[in-house]
Amino acid sequence: MENTIIIDHLYHRFDGHYALNDLSYEVRQGEVFALLGPNGAGKTTTIRLLNGLYKPTSGTIRVFDKNPVQQGSEIRKQTGVLTETSALYERLTARENLVFFGRMYGIAESVLLKRTDETLRYFELEKRADDRVGTYSKGMKQRLALARAFLNSPRILYLDEPTASLDPESTQQVHDLIESISKQDDRTVFLCTHRLEEAERLADRVAILNSGRLLALGSLAELRRQFNPGLWVDIDLLRPLAQTLDIKLLRGVVEGTVDGTKARFQVDEEGVIPSLISEMVRNEAQITSVRQEKISLEDIYFKLQTEVKEGVK
Amino acid sequence: MNWKAVFTIAKKDIKEASQNKSVWMPVLIVPLIFVVLMPVGMIIGFSSAMGAAENPMNDPDFALFLQNMPDSMSQLISGMDMVQSSIVLILGYLFAPFFLILPLMFSTVIASESFAGERERKTIEALLYTPATDTELLLGKVMAGFIPAVLITLGSFVAYILVVNGAAYPVMGRIWFPLPSWYALILWVSPAISLLGIAATVLISAKVQTFMGAYQSSASLVVLVLALLAGQATGVVYLSVGVSLLIGAGIFAVDAVLMYYAIRTFNRDKLLASAA
Repeated sequence: MENTIIIDHLYHRFDGHYALNDLSYEVRQGEVFALLGPNGAGKTTTIRLLNGLYKPTSGTIRVFDKNPVQQGSEIRKQTGVLTETSALYERLTARENLVFFGRMYGIAESVLLKRTDETLRYFELEKRADDRVGTYSKGMKQRLALARAFLNSPRILYLDEPTASLDPESTQQVHDLIESISKQDDRTVFLCTHRLEEAERLADRVAILNSGRLLALGSLAELRRQFNPGLWVDIDLLRPLAQTLDIKLLRGVVEGTVDGTKARFQVDEEGVIPSLISEMVRNEAQITSVRQEKISLEDIYFKLQTEVKEGVK
Repeated sequence: MNWKAVFTIAKKDIKEASQNKSVWMPVLIVPLIFVVLMPVGMIIGFSSAMGAAENPMNDPDFALFLQNMPDSMSQLISGMDMVQSSIVLILGYLFAPFFLILPLMFSTVIASESFAGERERKTIEALLYTPATDTELLLGKVMAGFIPAVLITLGSFVAYILVVNGAAYPVMGRIWFPLPSWYALILWVSPAISLLGIAATVLISAKVQTFMGAYQSSASLVVLVLALLAGQATGVVYLSVGVSLLIGAGIFAVDAVLMYYAIRTFNRDKLLASAA
C-alpha cells in the first residue's frame, strides 16, 4: 500500500516547548489512521503542519510526495479538514457556506451547484439548506462541517475531534458518515481524537501520543499482541465437568483452571480455541458461552499514559 | 495569483458584513447625517437666520474668515448674498474634508469585521485550510473593505449632489455643486484614504482579538481628517484640485508601505497563533 503521508523526525517548537517531539511514521493510502492523545498531545498541530499552516522546527514531512511548507496550496487542493470547532459562517446559509468553500477549492461553476445539492442530500441537510447556519443544532453544524470537508472529494480527509461536543445520537450519525466516507474512492482518513471507542470503531491503525511524543503505533491487533500478556478464553458451563480435564494434554493451551461452571484458559493463538472447545465437548462439557478476553484500546492507552506519568516512558 | 479566490473571499466577506448590524448601522446612519440631515438643516438654518439681501462683506466676522481663504473662494462667492455665500462656503468648501470621514469609516468597519471579526468567531481556520495562498487571503479581505468603501462613498457623493442642489435651489436658483475640487477629493483622495483605513486595520487586527477592538483602534485615523478640516477652516490648507492630488499621492505612498509590510507579516502561522 502506498504511503500518502511520511513524517520523519519531526519537531515543532511552540511557546517555548516542543508540541511535537521527534515524530516519525507513515500513513497509507486508503486507511483510517487515528491519532490518539490527551489535550495538548500535538494532534491539531500535526494536522496544521501536514497542511502547511505551520512550518516545522525541524524534520521532514511529505504529503502526496510534496513538501507542505513550499507546496501547501497544492496539497490543500487535495485535502479536506474538519476543524475542531465547526468554523462555519453562521450568518450564511448551509448552501452559501458550501458554495463559498467549493469556489475556494476551485470546483468548476458548472458542477459546483450540483455537487453542493448532492452533498447536502448525502449529509441529510437538504431540508434546511437555505436556513442560516446560526439556527442549526450542534449535530447539524457538525454534519455541515463534515460536508464542507468532503465537498472537494479529498484524497485525505482530516477529522479533528469530530464528535467532541456531540450527544450520543449525533455521535452515532457522524460515525456512520465517517465509516461510509472512508470506504469511498480509496480515501485516507486521518482521525484525531481522544475518544478511544471512536478510534476502536473506525481506525485501521492507531498512533498514541503524549506531549508530542509517539508512544505506540500499529493496528489494534498489533497493539494487542504487543501489550497483551497472553490470549485468554473464558468458558461458561451449564454444570461442572463430570471428570477432570488434563490441561497438559491440550495442544496450544499454556495454562488453565476449571472451577465449577467457570473455566479459564490461556492459549497460544486464536486457532487453538476451536480444538479446545471440541476437546471439552468430548469430555461431556455443556458449554453455554465462550468469550475471548481481549485487551481493549482503552487498556493500552491508559497503560501507556500511566507509564508516561510515572516516568517509565 | 488566483483572482477568482480573491474575489470569492471579498464577496463572502461583504455578504457577511452586510448581515452584521454593528457594520451596517454606521454605514447607514453616518451618510444619512452627513449627506442629508446636516446639509438640509444648514440650508434651512441659513435661509431663515440671515437676510437674503445682506452683503456678506458687511459682516466683520465673515470678512475676516474670507481673508484667510484662497482668492479663488472669494471670486467664487463674489456677487452672492449672505445666504448663498454661506451655503457655498460651508457645504461646498468646509464640508469637503468632512466627507473623507465616510470612506475611512466604511473601510475600517468592514475590514475590522473581515479580519478581526473572522478570528473572533473562530471561522478563520477553515479558510486557512483552503488552497488560497497568504497573499490571496489578504487581498480578498482588502478588497472586501475597499470595494464597498469606494462604492458607498461614490453613492453618498451622488446623493450629496442631489440633496445640496435640490435643497439649495430656491436660494441659489441654479445647479452649483459639485465644485471642481470635489472630483479629485472623491475619485483620488477618498480611495487612498479607504486603503489607509484597511492597511491600518490589517496591522491592528494582528494585535487585537475582537471586531470592536480593531474598529475602535483603526477609527482613530479620523484625526487625520479632522486635521484637514481644521486646516481648511483656518485657511492653512485649501483642498484645491492640485492640493488634493498631492495629498492623495502622499496617502497612496503611505498605503503602499503599509500594505507591503502587511503582506510580509500576514501568514497562516501568525493568524492561528493570535487566534488561539
